[in-house]
Amino acid sequence: MAVLEHNINEVSLSRLEKRENYTFFGLTVPYLVLVGAMIVIPIGWLFFLSFIGRDGSFSFENYERMINSKAYLRIFLTTFKISLLTTFFCILLGYPLAYFMSQISRKWASLCMIGVLIPFWTSLLVRTYAWLVLLQKKGLINNIAIDLGIITEPIKFVHNTSGTLIGMVHIMLPFLILPLYANMRAIDSHCVKAASSLGATPVRAFWTVFFPLSIPGLLAGSLIVFVLCLGFYVTPAVLGGGRVIMAAMKISSNIELYFSWGAASALGVVLLVVTMIILFIASKLVSLDQLGQRR
Amino acid sequence: MGFLDRQVSDTQIKLRSRLWLYVISSIILFLLIVPSLIVIPMSFSDSQYLEFPPKNLSLRWYENYFFSWKVENGFNDWMAATRTSLLVAVLTIFVATPIGTLAAYGLTNSSARIRSILFPIMISPMMVPIILVAIGLFYFYVQFNMVNSIPGLVLGHSLVAMPLVLIIVLSALKNYDMNQEKVARSLGASRTRAFIEITLPQIKFSLVSAGLISFLTSFDEIIISLFVAGGDNSTITRSMFLALRDQIDPTIAAISTILIIISSGLLIASQMISGKTRSD
Repeated sequence: MAVLEHNINEVSLSRLEKRENYTFFGLTVPYLVLVGAMIVIPIGWLFFLSFIGRDGSFSFENYERMINSKAYLRIFLTTFKISLLTTFFCILLGYPLAYFMSQISRKWASLCMIGVLIPFWTSLLVRTYAWLVLLQKKGLINNIAIDLGIITEPIKFVHNTSGTLIGMVHIMLPFLILPLYANMRAIDSHCVKAASSLGATPVRAFWTVFFPLSIPGLLAGSLIVFVLCLGFYVTPAVLGGGRVIMAAMKISSNIELYFSWGAASALGVVLLVVTMIILFIASKLVSLDQLGQRR
Repeated sequence: MGFLDRQVSDTQIKLRSRLWLYVISSIILFLLIVPSLIVIPMSFSDSQYLEFPPKNLSLRWYENYFFSWKVENGFNDWMAATRTSLLVAVLTIFVATPIGTLAAYGLTNSSARIRSILFPIMISPMMVPIILVAIGLFYFYVQFNMVNSIPGLVLGHSLVAMPLVLIIVLSALKNYDMNQEKVARSLGASRTRAFIEITLPQIKFSLVSAGLISFLTSFDEIIISLFVAGGDNSTITRSMFLALRDQIDPTIAAISTILIIISSGLLIASQMISGKTRSD
Protein backbone atom coordinates (compact mmCIF):
# COMPACT_ATOMS: atom_id res chain seq x y z
CA MET A 1 0.00 0.00 0.00
CA ALA A 2 2.77 2.38 0.92
CA VAL A 3 4.40 1.89 -2.46
CA LEU A 4 1.15 2.68 -4.29
CA GLU A 5 0.58 5.91 -2.38
CA HIS A 6 4.10 6.93 -3.13
CA ASN A 7 3.40 6.45 -6.84
CA ILE A 8 0.19 8.43 -6.78
CA ASN A 9 2.03 11.25 -5.15
CA GLU A 10 4.73 11.11 -7.78
CA VAL A 11 2.23 11.18 -10.64
CA SER A 12 0.37 14.17 -9.31
CA LEU A 13 3.62 15.96 -8.56
CA SER A 14 4.93 15.45 -12.07
CA ARG A 15 1.58 16.62 -13.42
CA LEU A 16 1.91 19.77 -11.33
CA GLU A 17 5.42 20.28 -12.54
CA LYS A 18 4.31 19.99 -16.14
CA ARG A 19 1.56 22.50 -15.57
CA GLU A 20 4.03 24.86 -14.02
CA ASN A 21 6.35 24.51 -17.01
CA TYR A 22 3.48 25.42 -19.29
CA THR A 23 2.78 28.48 -17.17
CA PHE A 24 6.39 29.61 -17.49
CA PHE A 25 6.27 29.07 -21.21
CA GLY A 26 3.02 31.04 -21.24
CA LEU A 27 4.82 34.05 -19.77
CA THR A 28 7.06 34.22 -22.81
CA VAL A 29 4.10 34.02 -25.24
CA PRO A 30 3.37 37.79 -25.56
CA TYR A 31 7.02 38.37 -26.38
CA LEU A 32 7.15 35.52 -28.87
CA VAL A 33 3.91 36.63 -30.52
CA LEU A 34 5.27 40.13 -31.07
CA VAL A 35 8.57 38.85 -32.45
CA GLY A 36 6.73 36.31 -34.62
CA ALA A 37 4.25 38.82 -36.01
CA MET A 38 6.70 41.68 -36.49
CA ILE A 39 10.00 40.01 -37.35
CA VAL A 40 9.48 36.43 -38.52
CA ILE A 41 6.40 36.95 -40.71
CA PRO A 42 7.47 40.25 -42.35
CA ILE A 43 10.99 39.01 -43.04
CA GLY A 44 9.64 35.69 -44.29
CA TRP A 45 7.46 37.73 -46.60
CA LEU A 46 10.47 39.74 -47.83
CA PHE A 47 12.26 36.46 -48.47
CA PHE A 48 9.30 35.35 -50.57
CA LEU A 49 9.18 38.68 -52.45
CA SER A 50 12.86 38.38 -53.35
CA PHE A 51 11.96 35.43 -55.59
CA ILE A 52 9.14 37.23 -57.40
CA GLY A 53 10.05 38.80 -60.70
CA ARG A 54 8.64 41.89 -62.35
CA ASP A 55 5.86 39.92 -64.07
CA GLY A 56 4.76 38.45 -60.74
CA SER A 57 5.98 34.90 -61.31
CA PHE A 58 8.62 32.92 -59.47
CA SER A 59 12.08 33.79 -60.72
CA PHE A 60 15.65 34.43 -59.69
CA GLU A 61 15.83 37.68 -61.65
CA ASN A 62 16.35 39.83 -58.56
CA TYR A 63 19.40 37.80 -57.60
CA GLU A 64 20.62 37.57 -61.20
CA ARG A 65 20.45 41.34 -61.52
CA MET A 66 22.45 41.66 -58.35
CA ILE A 67 25.18 39.37 -59.66
CA ASN A 68 25.32 40.89 -63.15
CA SER A 69 24.92 44.58 -62.48
CA LYS A 70 27.97 46.76 -61.97
CA ALA A 71 25.99 49.11 -59.71
CA TYR A 72 25.26 46.36 -57.18
CA LEU A 73 28.82 45.13 -57.32
CA ARG A 74 29.96 48.63 -56.45
CA ILE A 75 27.52 48.81 -53.54
CA PHE A 76 28.76 45.50 -52.14
CA LEU A 77 32.36 46.59 -52.51
CA THR A 78 31.66 49.96 -50.86
CA THR A 79 29.81 48.28 -47.98
CA PHE A 80 32.64 45.83 -47.36
CA LYS A 81 35.37 48.42 -47.81
CA ILE A 82 33.78 50.91 -45.39
CA SER A 83 32.98 48.19 -42.85
CA LEU A 84 36.50 46.76 -42.97
CA LEU A 85 38.17 50.16 -42.73
CA THR A 86 35.90 51.20 -39.85
CA THR A 87 36.72 47.97 -38.01
CA PHE A 88 40.43 48.49 -38.68
CA PHE A 89 40.47 52.04 -37.32
CA CYS A 90 38.34 51.02 -34.33
CA ILE A 91 40.93 48.38 -33.45
CA LEU A 92 43.74 50.87 -33.99
CA LEU A 93 42.16 53.38 -31.56
CA GLY A 94 40.23 51.03 -29.30
CA TYR A 95 42.95 48.53 -28.42
CA PRO A 96 45.35 51.02 -26.82
CA LEU A 97 42.53 52.67 -24.85
CA ALA A 98 41.10 49.36 -23.62
CA TYR A 99 44.64 48.22 -22.71
CA PHE A 100 45.26 51.46 -20.83
CA MET A 101 41.97 51.08 -18.94
CA SER A 102 42.81 47.51 -17.99
CA GLN A 103 46.17 48.62 -16.57
CA ILE A 104 45.03 51.44 -14.28
CA SER A 105 43.10 51.06 -11.02
CA ARG A 106 39.41 50.19 -11.21
CA LYS A 107 38.46 53.61 -9.86
CA TRP A 108 40.23 55.48 -12.66
CA ALA A 109 39.06 52.92 -15.20
CA SER A 110 35.43 53.50 -14.31
CA LEU A 111 36.02 57.22 -14.78
CA CYS A 112 37.40 56.52 -18.26
CA MET A 113 34.41 54.24 -18.80
CA ILE A 114 32.12 57.24 -18.46
CA GLY A 115 34.08 58.78 -21.32
CA VAL A 116 33.34 55.69 -23.39
CA LEU A 117 29.68 55.62 -22.34
CA ILE A 118 28.88 59.30 -23.01
CA PRO A 119 29.08 58.89 -26.80
CA PHE A 120 27.37 55.51 -26.43
CA TRP A 121 24.35 57.17 -24.83
CA THR A 122 24.30 60.28 -26.99
CA SER A 123 21.89 60.07 -29.88
CA LEU A 124 23.47 58.70 -33.02
CA LEU A 125 21.98 61.55 -34.99
CA VAL A 126 23.49 64.15 -32.66
CA ARG A 127 26.96 62.66 -33.08
CA THR A 128 26.57 62.45 -36.85
CA TYR A 129 25.41 66.07 -36.90
CA ALA A 130 28.37 67.13 -34.75
CA TRP A 131 30.80 65.64 -37.26
CA LEU A 132 28.94 67.25 -40.12
CA VAL A 133 29.40 70.64 -38.46
CA LEU A 134 33.03 70.00 -37.45
CA LEU A 135 34.17 68.67 -40.81
CA GLN A 136 32.36 71.06 -43.17
CA LYS A 137 34.30 73.48 -45.36
CA LYS A 138 34.07 76.38 -42.91
CA GLY A 139 34.03 74.00 -39.96
CA LEU A 140 36.19 74.01 -36.86
CA ILE A 141 38.72 71.45 -38.08
CA ASN A 142 39.43 73.24 -41.35
CA ASN A 143 39.63 76.59 -39.55
CA ILE A 144 42.14 75.30 -36.99
CA ALA A 145 44.25 73.66 -39.69
CA ILE A 146 44.31 76.89 -41.70
CA ASP A 147 45.14 78.99 -38.63
CA LEU A 148 48.01 76.68 -37.76
CA GLY A 149 49.28 76.93 -41.32
CA ILE A 150 49.01 73.20 -41.96
CA ILE A 151 46.83 73.75 -45.00
CA THR A 152 46.03 76.81 -47.09
CA GLU A 153 42.82 75.65 -48.75
CA PRO A 154 40.00 74.02 -46.77
CA ILE A 155 39.91 70.25 -47.27
CA LYS A 156 36.63 68.60 -48.24
CA PHE A 157 35.95 66.17 -45.42
CA VAL A 158 32.21 65.67 -45.64
CA HIS A 159 30.03 64.20 -48.35
CA ASN A 160 32.69 61.65 -49.19
CA THR A 161 34.29 58.45 -47.91
CA SER A 162 36.63 60.08 -45.39
CA GLY A 163 33.81 61.92 -43.61
CA THR A 164 31.72 58.74 -43.51
CA LEU A 165 34.66 56.83 -42.05
CA ILE A 166 35.43 59.43 -39.37
CA GLY A 167 31.82 59.48 -38.21
CA MET A 168 31.43 55.71 -38.25
CA VAL A 169 34.65 55.06 -36.35
CA HIS A 170 33.52 57.50 -33.66
CA ILE A 171 30.13 55.82 -33.38
CA MET A 172 31.45 52.23 -33.44
CA LEU A 173 34.42 52.67 -31.08
CA PRO A 174 32.46 51.94 -27.84
CA PHE A 175 31.18 48.66 -29.33
CA LEU A 176 34.77 47.52 -29.70
CA ILE A 177 36.04 48.86 -26.38
CA LEU A 178 33.33 47.38 -24.13
CA PRO A 179 33.87 43.64 -24.87
CA LEU A 180 37.63 44.12 -25.29
CA TYR A 181 37.99 45.87 -21.94
CA ALA A 182 35.89 43.19 -20.19
CA ASN A 183 38.14 40.54 -21.67
CA MET A 184 41.38 42.36 -20.71
CA ARG A 185 40.21 42.89 -17.13
CA ALA A 186 39.65 39.15 -16.81
CA ILE A 187 43.22 38.32 -17.86
CA ASP A 188 45.17 37.01 -14.88
CA SER A 189 47.91 39.58 -14.27
CA HIS A 190 50.07 36.82 -12.78
CA CYS A 191 50.67 35.52 -16.30
CA VAL A 192 52.38 38.73 -17.36
CA LYS A 193 54.24 38.87 -14.04
CA ALA A 194 55.48 35.32 -14.51
CA ALA A 195 56.73 36.18 -17.99
CA SER A 196 58.73 39.15 -16.76
CA SER A 197 60.13 37.30 -13.77
CA LEU A 198 61.43 34.76 -16.26
CA GLY A 199 63.26 37.56 -18.01
CA ALA A 200 60.89 38.72 -20.76
CA THR A 201 61.13 42.39 -21.67
CA PRO A 202 57.84 44.34 -21.27
CA VAL A 203 57.36 44.32 -25.06
CA ARG A 204 57.96 40.58 -25.29
CA ALA A 205 55.73 39.84 -22.29
CA PHE A 206 52.96 41.84 -23.95
CA TRP A 207 53.16 40.16 -27.35
CA THR A 208 53.70 36.59 -26.16
CA VAL A 209 51.43 36.59 -23.10
CA PHE A 210 48.96 39.47 -22.89
CA PHE A 211 48.04 39.94 -26.55
CA PRO A 212 47.14 36.27 -27.28
CA LEU A 213 44.94 36.25 -24.16
CA SER A 214 43.09 39.36 -25.37
CA ILE A 215 42.31 37.94 -28.82
CA PRO A 216 38.82 36.56 -27.92
CA GLY A 217 37.66 40.02 -26.77
CA LEU A 218 39.28 41.66 -29.78
CA LEU A 219 37.57 39.23 -32.17
CA ALA A 220 34.19 39.62 -30.48
CA GLY A 221 34.42 43.42 -30.57
CA SER A 222 35.63 43.51 -34.17
CA LEU A 223 32.90 41.18 -35.39
CA ILE A 224 30.21 43.26 -33.66
CA VAL A 225 31.58 46.45 -35.22
CA PHE A 226 31.83 44.82 -38.64
CA VAL A 227 28.27 43.46 -38.52
CA LEU A 228 26.81 46.77 -37.31
CA CYS A 229 28.68 48.59 -40.10
CA LEU A 230 27.27 46.27 -42.78
CA GLY A 231 23.73 47.39 -41.97
CA PHE A 232 24.54 51.02 -41.24
CA TYR A 233 22.27 53.64 -42.68
CA VAL A 234 22.09 57.02 -40.93
CA THR A 235 25.74 58.10 -40.73
CA PRO A 236 26.75 57.20 -44.32
CA ALA A 237 23.53 58.82 -45.57
CA VAL A 238 24.29 62.12 -43.83
CA LEU A 239 28.10 62.28 -43.93
CA GLY A 240 28.41 60.56 -47.30
CA GLY A 241 26.09 63.10 -48.87
CA GLY A 242 24.75 60.60 -51.42
CA ARG A 243 28.19 59.75 -52.76
CA VAL A 244 28.80 56.80 -50.45
CA ILE A 245 26.09 54.23 -51.07
CA MET A 246 25.98 51.26 -48.73
CA ALA A 247 23.67 48.23 -48.83
CA ALA A 248 21.13 49.58 -46.32
CA MET A 249 20.79 52.84 -48.25
CA LYS A 250 20.20 50.98 -51.52
CA ILE A 251 17.47 48.89 -49.84
CA SER A 252 15.83 52.06 -48.61
CA SER A 253 16.02 53.88 -51.96
CA ASN A 254 14.73 50.81 -53.83
CA ILE A 255 11.58 51.13 -51.79
CA GLU A 256 11.25 54.88 -51.24
CA LEU A 257 12.08 55.91 -54.80
CA TYR A 258 11.40 52.94 -57.06
CA PHE A 259 8.87 50.88 -55.05
CA SER A 260 10.76 47.83 -56.21
CA TRP A 261 10.17 45.42 -53.37
CA GLY A 262 11.74 42.47 -55.16
CA ALA A 263 15.13 44.16 -55.59
CA ALA A 264 15.10 45.56 -52.06
CA SER A 265 14.16 42.16 -50.61
CA ALA A 266 16.87 40.30 -52.50
CA LEU A 267 19.50 42.75 -51.28
CA GLY A 268 18.03 42.47 -47.78
CA VAL A 269 18.21 38.68 -47.85
CA VAL A 270 21.89 38.82 -48.85
CA LEU A 271 22.60 41.33 -46.07
CA LEU A 272 20.72 39.16 -43.57
CA VAL A 273 22.52 35.95 -44.57
CA VAL A 274 25.96 37.59 -44.35
CA THR A 275 25.06 39.10 -40.97
CA MET A 276 23.80 35.79 -39.62
CA ILE A 277 26.92 33.90 -40.74
CA ILE A 278 29.18 36.42 -39.00
CA LEU A 279 27.02 36.43 -35.86
CA PHE A 280 27.06 32.64 -35.83
CA ILE A 281 30.86 32.65 -35.88
CA ALA A 282 30.85 35.34 -33.20
CA SER A 283 28.45 33.35 -30.98
CA LYS A 284 30.97 30.50 -30.98
CA LEU A 285 33.48 32.91 -29.46
CA VAL A 286 31.38 34.79 -26.91
CA SER A 287 27.94 34.46 -25.38
CA LEU A 288 25.09 36.03 -27.32
CA ASP A 289 23.98 38.46 -24.64
CA GLN A 290 27.44 40.01 -24.62
CA LEU A 291 27.07 40.58 -28.34
CA GLY A 292 23.79 42.26 -27.69
CA GLN A 293 25.14 45.29 -25.89
CA ARG A 294 24.16 47.63 -28.63
CA ARG A 295 23.25 50.06 -26.01
CA MET B 1 60.68 64.72 -12.29
CA GLY B 2 60.46 62.03 -9.64
CA PHE B 3 56.91 61.07 -10.48
CA LEU B 4 58.07 59.73 -13.83
CA ASP B 5 59.92 56.96 -12.00
CA ARG B 6 56.75 55.76 -10.28
CA GLN B 7 55.97 52.16 -11.02
CA VAL B 8 52.73 51.86 -13.00
CA SER B 9 52.46 48.10 -13.45
CA ASP B 10 52.99 44.93 -11.46
CA THR B 11 56.02 44.24 -13.57
CA GLN B 12 57.76 47.43 -12.38
CA ILE B 13 57.38 49.37 -15.61
CA LYS B 14 58.05 53.02 -14.85
CA LEU B 15 55.71 55.82 -15.81
CA ARG B 16 58.49 57.25 -17.99
CA SER B 17 58.36 54.29 -20.35
CA ARG B 18 54.58 54.11 -20.25
CA LEU B 19 54.02 57.81 -20.85
CA TRP B 20 53.18 57.29 -24.53
CA LEU B 21 50.26 55.05 -23.55
CA TYR B 22 48.89 57.72 -21.21
CA VAL B 23 49.21 60.38 -23.92
CA ILE B 24 47.60 58.25 -26.66
CA SER B 25 44.76 57.17 -24.38
CA SER B 26 44.02 60.75 -23.33
CA ILE B 27 43.87 61.79 -26.98
CA ILE B 28 41.49 58.94 -27.85
CA LEU B 29 39.26 59.74 -24.85
CA PHE B 30 39.26 63.39 -25.93
CA LEU B 31 38.23 62.36 -29.45
CA LEU B 32 35.46 60.20 -28.01
CA ILE B 33 33.92 62.82 -25.75
CA VAL B 34 34.49 66.26 -27.24
CA PRO B 35 32.99 65.96 -30.75
CA SER B 36 29.54 65.17 -29.41
CA LEU B 37 29.68 68.02 -26.89
CA ILE B 38 30.94 70.67 -29.32
CA VAL B 39 27.42 71.34 -30.58
CA ILE B 40 26.48 72.76 -27.17
CA PRO B 41 28.45 76.05 -27.43
CA MET B 42 27.71 76.21 -31.15
CA SER B 43 23.99 76.14 -30.54
CA PHE B 44 24.25 79.54 -28.82
CA SER B 45 25.84 81.21 -31.85
CA ASP B 46 23.71 83.71 -33.70
CA SER B 47 25.33 82.94 -37.04
CA GLN B 48 23.80 80.76 -39.72
CA TYR B 49 27.18 79.03 -40.14
CA LEU B 50 27.62 77.74 -36.60
CA GLU B 51 31.08 79.18 -35.97
CA PHE B 52 33.19 78.11 -33.02
CA PRO B 53 33.78 79.86 -30.72
CA PRO B 54 30.54 81.75 -31.37
CA LYS B 55 31.18 85.49 -31.96
CA ASN B 56 27.77 86.66 -30.84
CA LEU B 57 25.61 84.75 -28.45
CA SER B 58 21.95 84.31 -29.14
CA LEU B 59 19.05 82.05 -28.38
CA ARG B 60 17.51 82.32 -31.82
CA TRP B 61 17.91 78.60 -32.64
CA TYR B 62 16.19 77.69 -29.39
CA GLU B 63 13.41 80.12 -30.28
CA ASN B 64 13.15 78.43 -33.66
CA TYR B 65 12.72 75.12 -31.90
CA PHE B 66 10.32 76.09 -29.15
CA PHE B 67 8.15 78.37 -31.25
CA SER B 68 8.24 76.32 -34.43
CA TRP B 69 4.46 76.01 -34.37
CA LYS B 70 4.21 79.75 -35.03
CA VAL B 71 6.05 79.43 -38.35
CA GLU B 72 3.89 79.06 -41.44
CA ASN B 73 3.78 75.82 -43.43
CA GLY B 74 6.90 74.58 -45.12
CA PHE B 75 8.92 74.51 -41.93
CA ASN B 76 9.32 71.69 -39.51
CA ASP B 77 6.93 71.68 -36.62
CA TRP B 78 9.62 70.64 -34.14
CA MET B 79 7.33 70.87 -31.13
CA ALA B 80 4.75 68.50 -32.61
CA ALA B 81 7.51 66.03 -33.48
CA THR B 82 8.89 66.29 -29.94
CA ARG B 83 5.46 65.60 -28.47
CA THR B 84 5.06 62.53 -30.70
CA SER B 85 8.53 61.28 -29.73
CA LEU B 86 7.87 61.74 -26.01
CA LEU B 87 4.47 60.08 -26.18
CA VAL B 88 5.80 57.12 -28.17
CA ALA B 89 8.82 56.73 -25.88
CA VAL B 90 6.68 56.74 -22.73
CA LEU B 91 4.25 54.23 -24.21
CA THR B 92 7.19 52.06 -25.29
CA ILE B 93 8.29 51.84 -21.64
CA PHE B 94 4.90 50.42 -20.71
CA VAL B 95 4.82 47.91 -23.56
CA ALA B 96 8.45 46.73 -23.68
CA THR B 97 9.22 46.56 -19.94
CA PRO B 98 6.32 44.30 -18.80
CA ILE B 99 6.52 42.00 -21.84
CA GLY B 100 10.29 41.75 -21.56
CA THR B 101 10.17 41.17 -17.80
CA LEU B 102 7.54 38.42 -18.03
CA ALA B 103 9.55 36.69 -20.74
CA ALA B 104 12.74 36.96 -18.68
CA TYR B 105 10.97 35.45 -15.65
CA GLY B 106 9.52 32.62 -17.74
CA LEU B 107 12.87 31.97 -19.40
CA THR B 108 14.76 31.88 -16.08
CA ASN B 109 12.42 29.20 -14.75
CA SER B 110 12.38 27.13 -17.94
CA SER B 111 14.67 24.22 -18.68
CA ALA B 112 18.06 24.90 -20.25
CA ARG B 113 16.93 23.27 -23.49
CA ILE B 114 13.92 25.59 -23.93
CA ARG B 115 16.09 28.55 -22.98
CA SER B 116 18.69 27.74 -25.62
CA ILE B 117 15.96 27.58 -28.29
CA LEU B 118 13.96 30.66 -27.25
CA PHE B 119 16.75 33.07 -26.34
CA PRO B 120 18.22 33.48 -29.86
CA ILE B 121 14.71 34.01 -31.26
CA MET B 122 13.97 36.57 -28.59
CA ILE B 123 17.05 38.69 -29.24
CA SER B 124 16.59 38.48 -33.01
CA PRO B 125 15.26 42.08 -33.26
CA MET B 126 18.73 43.13 -32.16
CA MET B 127 20.58 40.86 -34.55
CA VAL B 128 18.66 41.40 -37.78
CA PRO B 129 19.84 44.55 -39.64
CA ILE B 130 17.43 47.25 -38.54
CA ILE B 131 16.71 48.38 -42.10
CA LEU B 132 15.16 44.96 -42.78
CA VAL B 133 13.04 45.20 -39.65
CA ALA B 134 11.93 48.64 -40.82
CA ILE B 135 10.87 47.67 -44.34
CA GLY B 136 9.31 44.45 -43.05
CA LEU B 137 7.25 46.46 -40.58
CA PHE B 138 6.33 48.98 -43.25
CA TYR B 139 4.99 46.19 -45.45
CA PHE B 140 3.17 44.64 -42.50
CA TYR B 141 1.62 47.95 -41.40
CA VAL B 142 0.36 48.74 -44.89
CA GLN B 143 -1.85 45.65 -44.71
CA PHE B 144 -3.35 46.75 -41.39
CA ASN B 145 -3.51 50.45 -42.14
CA MET B 146 -1.08 51.18 -39.31
CA VAL B 147 1.44 53.32 -41.21
CA ASN B 148 1.86 56.81 -39.67
CA SER B 149 0.02 55.74 -36.53
CA ILE B 150 1.12 56.02 -32.90
CA PRO B 151 0.36 52.35 -32.07
CA GLY B 152 2.44 51.27 -35.06
CA LEU B 153 5.39 53.34 -33.85
CA VAL B 154 5.06 52.11 -30.27
CA LEU B 155 4.99 48.46 -31.35
CA GLY B 156 7.97 48.98 -33.67
CA HIS B 157 10.02 50.68 -30.98
CA SER B 158 8.99 48.12 -28.37
CA LEU B 159 10.28 45.42 -30.67
CA VAL B 160 13.81 46.87 -30.57
CA ALA B 161 13.61 47.74 -26.86
CA MET B 162 12.35 44.32 -25.67
CA PRO B 163 15.64 42.43 -26.17
CA LEU B 164 17.42 45.07 -24.06
CA VAL B 165 14.83 44.70 -21.30
CA LEU B 166 15.13 40.92 -21.55
CA ILE B 167 18.92 41.00 -21.17
CA ILE B 168 18.83 43.41 -18.21
CA VAL B 169 16.12 41.51 -16.30
CA LEU B 170 17.69 38.11 -17.09
CA SER B 171 20.97 39.22 -15.56
CA ALA B 172 19.15 40.59 -12.51
CA LEU B 173 17.30 37.28 -12.06
CA LYS B 174 20.55 35.37 -12.45
CA ASN B 175 21.81 36.99 -9.24
CA TYR B 176 18.50 36.38 -7.49
CA ASP B 177 17.85 33.27 -5.42
CA MET B 178 14.59 31.77 -6.69
CA ASN B 179 14.37 29.65 -3.50
CA GLN B 180 12.99 32.72 -1.73
CA GLU B 181 9.83 32.33 -3.77
CA LYS B 182 9.66 28.67 -2.77
CA VAL B 183 9.82 29.73 0.86
CA ALA B 184 6.93 32.15 0.37
CA ARG B 185 4.91 29.51 -1.42
CA SER B 186 5.57 26.87 1.24
CA LEU B 187 4.10 29.41 3.65
CA GLY B 188 0.96 29.53 1.55
CA ALA B 189 1.47 32.37 -0.92
CA SER B 190 0.37 31.84 -4.50
CA ARG B 191 2.96 31.96 -7.29
CA THR B 192 1.75 35.42 -8.37
CA ARG B 193 1.79 36.77 -4.83
CA ALA B 194 5.26 35.34 -4.21
CA PHE B 195 6.49 37.05 -7.37
CA ILE B 196 4.92 40.41 -6.54
CA GLU B 197 5.86 40.50 -2.87
CA ILE B 198 9.22 38.75 -2.83
CA THR B 199 10.87 38.86 -6.26
CA LEU B 200 9.65 42.15 -7.67
CA PRO B 201 10.95 44.40 -4.85
CA GLN B 202 14.39 42.84 -5.24
CA ILE B 203 14.70 43.41 -8.97
CA LYS B 204 12.92 46.77 -9.05
CA PHE B 205 16.06 48.81 -9.81
CA SER B 206 16.79 46.67 -12.82
CA LEU B 207 13.23 47.20 -13.99
CA VAL B 208 13.65 50.96 -13.67
CA SER B 209 16.87 50.89 -15.67
CA ALA B 210 15.20 48.63 -18.25
CA GLY B 211 12.44 51.23 -18.48
CA LEU B 212 14.96 54.06 -18.94
CA ILE B 213 16.67 52.16 -21.72
CA SER B 214 13.32 51.46 -23.41
CA PHE B 215 12.58 55.18 -23.32
CA LEU B 216 15.94 56.13 -24.77
CA THR B 217 15.85 53.41 -27.43
CA SER B 218 12.50 54.66 -28.64
CA PHE B 219 13.42 58.33 -28.38
CA ASP B 220 16.62 57.84 -30.42
CA GLU B 221 15.20 55.40 -32.95
CA ILE B 222 15.47 56.69 -36.53
CA ILE B 223 15.19 53.99 -39.17
CA ILE B 224 11.89 52.38 -38.16
CA SER B 225 10.41 55.87 -37.69
CA LEU B 226 11.67 56.84 -41.12
CA PHE B 227 9.47 54.18 -42.70
CA VAL B 228 6.44 53.87 -40.44
CA ALA B 229 6.06 57.43 -39.12
CA GLY B 230 4.97 60.43 -41.11
CA GLY B 231 2.25 62.94 -41.69
CA ASP B 232 1.17 64.40 -38.39
CA ASN B 233 3.08 61.76 -36.48
CA SER B 234 6.70 62.43 -37.42
CA THR B 235 9.19 61.87 -34.61
CA ILE B 236 11.91 64.34 -33.64
CA THR B 237 14.78 62.14 -34.88
CA ARG B 238 12.98 61.53 -38.18
CA SER B 239 12.49 65.26 -38.74
CA MET B 240 16.11 65.90 -37.79
CA PHE B 241 17.38 63.25 -40.19
CA LEU B 242 15.30 64.58 -43.07
CA ALA B 243 16.43 68.15 -42.32
CA LEU B 244 20.07 67.03 -42.17
CA ARG B 245 19.93 65.31 -45.52
CA ASP B 246 18.83 68.52 -47.17
CA GLN B 247 20.89 71.27 -45.49
CA ILE B 248 22.53 72.21 -42.20
CA ASP B 249 19.79 73.90 -40.19
CA PRO B 250 21.31 75.41 -37.02
CA THR B 251 18.07 74.67 -35.17
CA ILE B 252 19.36 71.10 -35.08
CA ALA B 253 22.29 72.26 -32.90
CA ALA B 254 19.78 73.56 -30.34
CA ILE B 255 17.77 70.32 -30.48
CA SER B 256 20.98 68.29 -30.23
CA THR B 257 21.94 70.18 -27.08
CA ILE B 258 18.58 69.36 -25.53
CA LEU B 259 18.95 65.69 -26.55
CA ILE B 260 22.45 65.56 -25.02
CA ILE B 261 21.08 66.92 -21.75
CA ILE B 262 18.28 64.34 -21.74
CA SER B 263 20.56 61.39 -22.50
CA SER B 264 23.27 62.41 -20.00
CA GLY B 265 20.54 62.81 -17.40
CA LEU B 266 19.33 59.29 -18.13
CA LEU B 267 22.93 57.98 -18.12
CA ILE B 268 23.57 59.48 -14.68
CA ALA B 269 20.23 58.12 -13.42
CA SER B 270 20.98 54.62 -14.67
CA GLN B 271 24.53 54.67 -13.24
CA MET B 272 23.10 55.68 -9.85
CA ILE B 273 20.52 52.92 -10.08
CA SER B 274 23.08 50.27 -11.01
CA GLY B 275 25.21 51.49 -8.10
CA LYS B 276 22.20 50.94 -5.84
CA THR B 277 21.57 47.48 -7.25
CA ARG B 278 25.11 46.49 -6.35
CA SER B 279 24.81 47.70 -2.78
CA ASP B 280 21.54 45.78 -2.28
